[in-house]
Amino acid sequence: MNSSYAVPAVALVVLATILVGAFGLRISRTTSDFYVASRTVGPRLNAAAISGEYLSAASFLGIAGLVLVQGPDMLWYPVGYTAGYLVLLLFVAAPLRRSGAYTLPDFAEARLSSQAVRRLAGAFVVGTGWLYLRPQLQGAGLTLTVLTDAPDWLGGVIVAVVVVAIVAAGGMRSITFVQAFQYWLKLTALLVPALFLILAWQGDGAPRHAFDEPATFREQRVVRVDGTLNLKLDRPLTVTVSGTIDGRSHDDKELQLAAGTHHIEGGTRLTFAKGAEVPEPDRSANGGLSPSQAESRGERPLYATYGLILATFLGTMGLPHVVVRFYTSPHGVAARRTTVAVLGLIGAFYLLPPVYGALGRLYAPELTLTGDADAAALLLPDRMIGGLGGDLLGALVAGGAFAAFLSTASGLTMAVAGVLTQDVLPSRGVRHFRLGTVLAMAVPLAASALVGGLPVADSVGLAFAVSASSFCPLLVLGIWWRRLTPPGAAAGMLVGGGSALLAVAATMAGFPGSGALHALLAWPALWSVPLGFLTMILVSLATPGRVPAGTAAILARFHLPEELRAEVKA
Amino acid sequence: MSGFIAGLCVAILPLLAAGFWLGRRTARPENLGGLGTPVEHATFETLHTASLAAPPLRAGLTEETARKSARRLRSLLGTDALCLTDQKDVLVWDGVGGHHRTEIMELLAGPLESGRGEAFPLTCDTPDCPVRWAVVAPLTVDDRVHGALVACAPRESAVLVRAAGEVARWVSVQLELADLDQSRTRLIEAEIKALRAQISPHFIFNSLAVIASFVRTDPERARELLLEFADFTRYSFRRHGDFTTLADELHAIDHYLALVRARFGDRLSVTLQIAPEVLPVALPFLCLQPLVENAVKHGLEGKADKCRIQITAQDAGAEALVVIEDDGAGMDPVLLRRILAGEVSPSGGIGLSNVDDRLRQVYGDDYGLVIETALGAGMKITARLPKYQPGVHSAGRLTRE
Repeated sequence: MNSSYAVPAVALVVLATILVGAFGLRISRTTSDFYVASRTVGPRLNAAAISGEYLSAASFLGIAGLVLVQGPDMLWYPVGYTAGYLVLLLFVAAPLRRSGAYTLPDFAEARLSSQAVRRLAGAFVVGTGWLYLRPQLQGAGLTLTVLTDAPDWLGGVIVAVVVVAIVAAGGMRSITFVQAFQYWLKLTALLVPALFLILAWQGDGAPRHAFDEPATFREQRVVRVDGTLNLKLDRPLTVTVSGTIDGRSHDDKELQLAAGTHHIEGGTRLTFAKGAEVPEPDRSANGGLSPSQAESRGERPLYATYGLILATFLGTMGLPHVVVRFYTSPHGVAARRTTVAVLGLIGAFYLLPPVYGALGRLYAPELTLTGDADAAALLLPDRMIGGLGGDLLGALVAGGAFAAFLSTASGLTMAVAGVLTQDVLPSRGVRHFRLGTVLAMAVPLAASALVGGLPVADSVGLAFAVSASSFCPLLVLGIWWRRLTPPGAAAGMLVGGGSALLAVAATMAGFPGSGALHALLAWPALWSVPLGFLTMILVSLATPGRVPAGTAAILARFHLPEELRAEVKA
Repeated sequence: MSGFIAGLCVAILPLLAAGFWLGRRTARPENLGGLGTPVEHATFETLHTASLAAPPLRAGLTEETARKSARRLRSLLGTDALCLTDQKDVLVWDGVGGHHRTEIMELLAGPLESGRGEAFPLTCDTPDCPVRWAVVAPLTVDDRVHGALVACAPRESAVLVRAAGEVARWVSVQLELADLDQSRTRLIEAEIKALRAQISPHFIFNSLAVIASFVRTDPERARELLLEFADFTRYSFRRHGDFTTLADELHAIDHYLALVRARFGDRLSVTLQIAPEVLPVALPFLCLQPLVENAVKHGLEGKADKCRIQITAQDAGAEALVVIEDDGAGMDPVLLRRILAGEVSPSGGIGLSNVDDRLRQVYGDDYGLVIETALGAGMKITARLPKYQPGVHSAGRLTRE
């Protein structure tokens, strides 16, 4: 792909982010504009900001990649990512805003008046934040590799450095404007190329076999296999090989591969004829570090789908960078309106990635072989349109992708750094916030260098699972159940969230489990969320003496509209 | 394999952090190494146990604080059982022999009345019950008996009577301190209540005079100003809640400035820069308006030309940063320090020191006002307001939009 347009596009996005962040507020007003200067953020602007912060690499690149590789089953991802806000709207948004809490640890303290629970919630914010940051950096690395053939780690490092610099320098002062700007940028960056791609698809005679199994090559295509790969063939395949296959070296020789598993060495080039079926890579026999969730999903599709649905539905409310944005709403009703607007904005956005996934199956099916399926959205414009137009549209998508990494990563870094500064590092001060920022980014950066291979959307799914198992019980029971006690909340978070965290760690580390056990670990939400709820309820019931004093007043504040509260007090 | 380790790290780091914190919380300086003689060791040990028992008691004598401190107190006395009571009930029983609870309360009637320590034999049906004697030492605060400390032992012992008496006196001192803390809090609350709604009488007088001057020449303007005045006084005289939102406080400042501008006209120019993210922040009622009033006063003091005031509210992570800056006469920092320390009463108005006191009271000493000034160099006042503070909730919303 031609990088002479993409690199300036990425640079432009970074620059625009810094400028809007630093100068969005620099418009001074005189007192005659007082009402303009002190107008609170409206639901629509705040909703755009929340959406901008929420739509991450997983949404921008990951969903298209998963749809490309695994077909329409993966549409549950965008559905889940969106529906999480429905749950948030129904159960959490307004009471959370009325609690006056800025972060999740604040909420724990406000509801349970316990420093211990506050610190535990802080630990889980850090854990979830790090899990969520890692795929952002991975996506950035992938994007830059696809654009410029830079090494894998470079994109991640660039995003990390830019985000740490912006956040530590206090450049996110007008964060609402930055994030709202990022949302519209991301939407444009996917919408405009998508329109052109659909036109190109129409011009191509609108082929409709996108989801036929298996996918086929529409033209002769050379595929270079970078890593060692096992191919599982159901029926014989004719292919021209230049490299090593099944231990024998070939040089541009046409081979008839029999049905069964074939071992392909890295660096081999395969040329597929037009109309050939795309073979399926068999990652289980790979023995490598990339544990494919796809495999366990293939074995237990129903369990995996329910696990995913539960994690995304219930996990959204526990994402630290999303929760802090609700504080910007002036009152509970505005928080609800904001959530409704978020549903609309995010719903509109999620119509687009599946389009890329479907077109990718038609025009770039070989991405399933090379393991770069997440790059589908970046490659399609060049593949389908080509020329200057393709380059420009590709550059637009690349810019949007970087906006996705930057906005989510900066929001998460601020949330994690805030918790580290307030609850973990010894004393307070600006210097400590900077230290916290560096620490917040260093850990996921190191992790992304060491752990690789998990598809971006899958790793984000794991962060959702941890959030759903720890914060969802805390928020839902905290808001709706008056008998919750500090020991109950702590135990529930530790058991639910802790077990989900361990399962996630095992999955990411490539725990060599198989079958049912592997599926259980790869999709923990289905058992860890009920476990968290159950522990929280049982331990709370066992410690009835520890119900915090003033619980009734606190819950009344959570649930009564603000005007009413003022009248009651008056 | 490196992937496995890294994954493990990612998962275990938060747990490690929690463990580290727990460890630090529960760490005891037991290994003093070769420091000191055995006697000194024993002294350190005793002092350390006593210091651990103190913090819960500083919150007063309740079931929870008694539960937290009883174990430490028992190890201090080295008895089989220890119990803390208030005047009516056993708050906590630490150690063996919990079935004596009711008996103890009956025996306590005398000592609680007289306020003197005593030792009683206990009657018990259980043959191998290890507690046969109870030593009662009353807990007194300001000569009033609040409860009692009861140490139980297998036999009568003069040493235990003496030790229990000393420990009870030490506990009483902690309770007295708790009492002192409470009265200090009450005093400050009363102070806040007394101070919060004070708007400067000069301001009321001046405003009414200005409005009067417009009544004939520009009745429409006079009416507008009267409405501004009404809005401002309604805000400052409202009675419910000690806290408001930054948005409401800024609106009050706007009403205030409208009245001031009517008086000084073009001499006063105010610019605002407000991040919308921080408008919902809850803060003590009327704690920015005095700062603006102060800036107006200093800005116009002793000069005939224009005065510029800049009000900035920024979003800074978990805090809001409010800066009020004027280019007026400034102030001698030494004098300012004395005013803030309460040594000199400022010339008119309660202004800065009051706001500073209230901010420190609500948010802690880290959150006092930061004032940068020098003679002739204007004044810049910075207030940091945490977005969340336990107990700080704005009392409803008043701005209608």
